[in-house]
Amino acid sequence: MSPRSRLHVPSPPARPGQEPDFSYVQISPAGAVGRPDVMASARDTEELSLQMVRVLGDDNRAVGPWNPHLEPEELQVGLRHMLLTRLFDDRMQKIQRQGRISFYIKSTGEEAVAVAAGMALTPGDMLFPSYRQQGLHVVRGRNLVDLMCQCLSNTHDMCKGRQMPIMYHWGSGNIFSISGNLATQFPQAVGWAMAAAIKGEDRIAASWIGEGSSAEADFHYAMNFAGVYQAPVILNLVNNQWAISTFQGFAGGEHKTFAQRGPGYGIPGIRIDGNDFLAVYAVTQWAAQRARQSGGPTLIEHVTYRTAAHSTSDDPSRYRPKEEWRAWPLGDPVERLKAHLIALGEWSEERHARLEKELEAHVTACWKEAESYGTLSGGPSLDPLTMFEDVFKEMPPNLARERDELRALQDSGVAARPASTPLAQKG
Amino acid sequence: MARMNMVQALNSAMDVMLQRDPRVVILGEDVGFFGGVFRATEGLQRKYGEHRVLDTPIAEGGIIGAAIGMGANGLKPVAEIQFADYIYPGFDQIVSELARLRYRSAGEFSAPVTIRTPCGGGIRGGQTHSQSPEALFAHVCGIKVVMPSNPYDAKGLLISSIEGEDPVVFFEPKRIYNGPFDGDPHKPAIPWSSHPRGEVPEGHFTVPLGKAQVVREGRDVSVLAYGTMVHVAEAAVRLTGIDAEIVDVRTIAPLDVDTLCTSVCKTGRCVVVHEATRFGGYGAELVATVQEQCFWNLEAPIQRVAGWDTPYPHAFEWEYFPGPARIAAALKLVMEST
Repeated sequence: MSPRSRLHVPSPPARPGQEPDFSYVQISPAGAVGRPDVMASARDTEELSLQMVRVLGDDNRAVGPWNPHLEPEELQVGLRHMLLTRLFDDRMQKIQRQGRISFYIKSTGEEAVAVAAGMALTPGDMLFPSYRQQGLHVVRGRNLVDLMCQCLSNTHDMCKGRQMPIMYHWGSGNIFSISGNLATQFPQAVGWAMAAAIKGEDRIAASWIGEGSSAEADFHYAMNFAGVYQAPVILNLVNNQWAISTFQGFAGGEHKTFAQRGPGYGIPGIRIDGNDFLAVYAVTQWAAQRARQSGGPTLIEHVTYRTAAHSTSDDPSRYRPKEEWRAWPLGDPVERLKAHLIALGEWSEERHARLEKELEAHVTACWKEAESYGTLSGGPSLDPLTMFEDVFKEMPPNLARERDELRALQDSGVAARPASTPLAQKG
Repeated sequence: MARMNMVQALNSAMDVMLQRDPRVVILGEDVGFFGGVFRATEGLQRKYGEHRVLDTPIAEGGIIGAAIGMGANGLKPVAEIQFADYIYPGFDQIVSELARLRYRSAGEFSAPVTIRTPCGGGIRGGQTHSQSPEALFAHVCGIKVVMPSNPYDAKGLLISSIEGEDPVVFFEPKRIYNGPFDGDPHKPAIPWSSHPRGEVPEGHFTVPLGKAQVVREGRDVSVLAYGTMVHVAEAAVRLTGIDAEIVDVRTIAPLDVDTLCTSVCKTGRCVVVHEATRFGGYGAELVATVQEQCFWNLEAPIQRVAGWDTPYPHAFEWEYFPGPARIAAALKLVMEST
């Protein structure tokens, strides 16, 4: 019989009804991976793309050369940010289920990826998130009311009703506008960083991309441009195992680690425990120092798990075991940092419960305020005529004509705004 | 004033802007040390350094993505896409990102990127070096689309594009880089030095975006054209002896409706001309606009002369190209109709 070619179609280790199996996730012991000098040549960092940088061990102690030796107060701030992000997410999901916003995306289980990285950077650094790093806004002190108003498309919506929920931006907070088109932010972050270097600034850029969208050409563009020009940028690849229903094998994760793509472009690729607050902090700090000293870019693969559904429009029980998240070997970032602080004698269950209560009340108060600026079903609303603004810096004649046309329709009663806008289901 | 061909005029525009504004940077394939495959950036890297005139990897999506990031960080990038036919890997970054960044962030972020790209046929470039994709970009809200027809306008419009705060896709009809082309490939080439619009100021000046120009006044019929086709239309008018008014659209978007429709309302007849394929082409937008504004002044159905609805064929270039004879036939047809 003559040999014939066969396709390999990747398949996740477990489907609904089957036992979760994460044996494919290679995990290094905490403290086992060396920490090269921040200016080490990319070639001398290749081992980091195969191992997994971990600081928090199973005994909840911080160990090894990557331990960032943060003060307990800093750890408590990190815990607070992660918990607030989680409680905010939980509330917004509930609100979506009640039909009060059209759509939401949670970051549950991945909070450290945004929060620890955000804390390790300086406020002037420019962040180019994907749609699952709301923790960055929390770290930088964003008023949750602003985020809620965006989800409500109300009179205080920073996007003036032009974007579906969670597509935030924050000019003065140096957080870039989130696009619904995947991966586009990656080469933009590189360009931003190139401009910083051209202007001689010491600000750097950081971006986040999912492992699924790393299959887009934009990922390659970004890696290549960053490597070619040695741009001061941190490229974070969040490997949360799932891209809606396709597991990480469809993005190429079966054959190599995602971090291994770094060395292919002459960039250090560091694979880390993305649920380990200290590891994320320490490696981000390393990459930031390197970038600021003209050492060039770093690719960081955050190995984590998307505990939540992709979005409120998604039902993961259709494609993965319902309780798969419980079997995730790297645990939960909030629980692990909490346990670490308790092990240090700097935290307790009581304090945690108190904090949770305080943050819950804060989220409730924020939502109350946000709703006072208008909801989808009532209250103050944006003027639809503003939709013609900001297409260009100055409104060209054709848009002015269209705005006048809509105004005339409104004045004649033909285009009156309905009292309640029906909610559309969105991807 | 100096005599310049279109390439020299474009080079001069970038030179002036690099000199005047430290935020201006040039990036693209071969644009640096070599000065571009059409020489549009010749000498600029030597003059301004490799941090301001950057050679890039062959990655149009990367060039435009990086340019957006640079623009968001306060620079004014001028990106060259070597041929308009190669722009498509960057299409998502243009359509979904560049065009909408200001809008989606309610004005908090923007990227004033100018994308220069040679377009059009008549150079034996086949289907991958001859396309005129302006309609694809005219359809996108949030970008301005420009196509000059001569060195003077090329320089003035490019400076306006770079100085503006909005993204611009700037199409350069490469068939007329070195001289006006009347559509007859067998005639000896005419240099820009013999054309009044080849006379270009050496320093800073602008031609405003969004303004068409009447390049030939006439009473009988209005020809709406842009780029190379302005010159081909002039040849067709000479051929027929019809007293046509030729309007050079210059800015595809936003369109100068007033200048176009004033002309058509005056003449009562209209022929729309472009190199790009006909179906769903930019001519359809021109015809619709004219019909809306000038219907009661029209004496005859509006005619469209365009590239055939096929890919650009290498061996049959002059059967494909909407030359003077086809435009002349359309002119006669609208004059005969009553």
